[in-house]
Amino acid sequence: MRITLDDVEYRYQVNTPFEHLALHDVNISMEQGTYTAIIGHTGSGKSTLLQHLNALLKPTKGRVFIGDRTIEAGRKEKALRPIRQKVGIVFQFPEHQLFDETVEKDICFGPMNFGVSENDAKQLARKAIAQVGLSEEILVKSPFDLSGGQMRRVAIAGVLAMEPEVLVLDEPTAGLDPRGRKEIMDMFYELHKREGISTILVTHSMEDAAKYADDIIIMHQGTVFKKGTPQEIFSDPEQLLELGLDVPDTVRFQLKLQKELGVRFDHPCLNIGDLAIEIDKAMKRGNR
Amino acid sequence: MRKKLVSLSNIIFKYEGQSRNALDDVSFDIHQGEWLAIVGHNGSGKSTLAKLLNGLQFANSGTITINDQRLTEESVWDVRRKIGMVFQNPDNQFVGTTVQDDVAFGLENAGVSQQVMVERVHGALNKVKMNAFLNQEPHHLSGGQKQRVAIAGVIALQPDIIILDEATSMLDPRGREEVLETVRELKQENEITVISITHDLEEAAKADRMIVMNQGRLYREGTPQDIFELEEELIALGLDIPFSVKLTKELQKNGVHVVDGHLTEEELVKDLCELHSMM
Amino acid sequence: MLDKMIIGRYVPANSLLHRMDPRAKLLLVFLFVCVVFLANNFVSYGLLAVFTILLISVSKIPLRYLYNGLKPIFFLIVFTFLLHILFTKEGELLFEYGWFAIYKGGLIQGLFISIRFTLLILVTSLLTLTTTPISITDGMEELLGPLKKWKMPVHELALMMSIALRFIPTLMEETEKIMKAQTARGVDFSSGPIKERVKSIVPLLVPLFVSSFKRAEELATAMESRGYRGGEGRTKYRQLNWKTSDSLLMVSLGLLTVMLVLLRS
Repeated sequence: MRITLDDVEYRYQVNTPFEHLALHDVNISMEQGTYTAIIGHTGSGKSTLLQHLNALLKPTKGRVFIGDRTIEAGRKEKALRPIRQKVGIVFQFPEHQLFDETVEKDICFGPMNFGVSENDAKQLARKAIAQVGLSEEILVKSPFDLSGGQMRRVAIAGVLAMEPEVLVLDEPTAGLDPRGRKEIMDMFYELHKREGISTILVTHSMEDAAKYADDIIIMHQGTVFKKGTPQEIFSDPEQLLELGLDVPDTVRFQLKLQKELGVRFDHPCLNIGDLAIEIDKAMKRGNR
Repeated sequence: MRKKLVSLSNIIFKYEGQSRNALDDVSFDIHQGEWLAIVGHNGSGKSTLAKLLNGLQFANSGTITINDQRLTEESVWDVRRKIGMVFQNPDNQFVGTTVQDDVAFGLENAGVSQQVMVERVHGALNKVKMNAFLNQEPHHLSGGQKQRVAIAGVIALQPDIIILDEATSMLDPRGREEVLETVRELKQENEITVISITHDLEEAAKADRMIVMNQGRLYREGTPQDIFELEEELIALGLDIPFSVKLTKELQKNGVHVVDGHLTEEELVKDLCELHSMM
Repeated sequence: MLDKMIIGRYVPANSLLHRMDPRAKLLLVFLFVCVVFLANNFVSYGLLAVFTILLISVSKIPLRYLYNGLKPIFFLIVFTFLLHILFTKEGELLFEYGWFAIYKGGLIQGLFISIRFTLLILVTSLLTLTTTPISITDGMEELLGPLKKWKMPVHELALMMSIALRFIPTLMEETEKIMKAQTARGVDFSSGPIKERVKSIVPLLVPLFVSSFKRAEELATAMESRGYRGGEGRTKYRQLNWKTSDSLLMVSLGLLTVMLVLLRS
């Protein structure tokens, strides 16, 4: 399923003294089956943008196309549930939304809201719990008796059980330790590859964006600053650093080394292996 | 060798209703003026350690001595004046309705006179560069700003030690840098001892000394150089290693003869430049 | 409708009334509520109205804002007015149509009650419009201070109030976040049959309770580590200071009371 934003603007609290413009002139498109990363500072508008992806917010100007539906500014929208089923959002600290007596009931909650029968929902719960790498024994436990990492996974399973076509992830690894972070990110990537789920990752981490995404969208001051493939985005790292944004470790290192050595590699290195090879080449060329 | 400020010996601690010891025979010293990073995966016991140091929990056995004073239920209030803590969640430690009220909270508890309080509140906020936000309410501040206010609340009490209990883990990269920079400056100006409990290995790489915790036990103690030599072992513990160490290994694999032990990118760049000029 | 209510809202400005000691303002409201009941004729109600208008003019609160804030309460005022007209059958008969009759006594009673009601709301709103909630708390703590002798936990109450005030915006944000997360899981909070909507409260309330308890626990730990051990031996950062203008306000209120007593008929 494809999601397109056409000239989208969003203002909070219109017609009050607190009115403020959070998004403007946003034109982006996320194709079926791709992995897109949305990057920006806190306050760059990326959280507001995220809420347009399943019609939690309606634009105050412009249009959002979600699959075959159109959400248009100023129009009353009915029956938004099918959209919410197709576009699942894993919010930041998703474990905060757990509420039911057992893990199983909590995971079944989403699917059952979308009209899935209890038996089918239980089936989905078993599948989802396996997808997030937990054992089925956990299904009968109370979600509040689990460890932090397990709660996070259960909450994610609750979204996966809705069988969304598009999965939106808002800083899914915040607060986890390095191992937890890697495991969760790899799990989403695996799902994306294996099941062809379109994935949209909202993150601060340039590392993750460079590692997993096909396309990167950089948000700055409420609008799209730059979009493209990781290679395109990081081919001009100085520009990103000027905005106060990070670049991946490899790119930052490459930049420092290029400056000191007075050479230029022909492309930005996005992983450590590639960087080592390029450095090796540069060393061999030596001072000639 | 610097003066011993804190010493823990044979600490054992178990949470009620749990079968495993959260801390299992842990002993180490903290020296005056050092930056000590305590690392470990979630549940390794590192945060329990912080709670024990502040007398928020008491060990089942073993002793903690701070400045030659043994930490007991009687001495705990004295100890808390010497050790300030900054916690993980910026929201859940902001007590005051405004920035200045929050900084004053600890001073009020200590019974400091109003005039001195005003001075100290302003002084502390100056140091963390939050003096422009005196009357701001917490929900208008970013996470990094809230943590800086928390730090101001701690230094207003002029403690000997600051404990950062995963104080940057809920912040964005910019907030994280803001907070660490603030602590670095403070440490430089005031000879303060910093204990940072973290799983940010880049931050730990800049510490004077590191302690690695694993399953309630002290796994290794040493300088960042020593610790990051462990590489694979660290990764097996659920931790990570700094970028420059990873790249060094990768370069060596490719036959570039850089030496081990570069903890910062600058050092590695320098090494590479020297190599390059010799080619 | 809630966002239109002005009671309980603070409008930042630097007026005479804003700068006054919260204790003076609290006393003013308390005493005003009492003396309003002394008025019983047009002249004394007129006097009260003049006093209120004077207060409004020194508060620098825009009139339009006050008027908008009163709107939601108009219904109540009109309702009490009509009740009095319908059910107070005293004095001269002014108008009659079938069972419907208006008496002079009823009309006057209705008018008086409406005026009293309006003035009370205006003066109370002025307190909260010109005083931050935390100043009100401080003022209360000071005024109730003498009760500590009788073991009233005045400090604890004030601290509870101020922490509650501090966390209201945080909890509002939290509520919104959880609502959004559950909406994304297919909950519909805004439409559908009542039974469904009541049921949808559970996935909102449970997480909110869980997180509030967690917050409370962490806050208690943080407070303890910052040396909080009750009100004993604590000093106060915020100092109230009673100025001449505060005394003058009290004097003017005294004069008002005397005049109201003299004007009683």
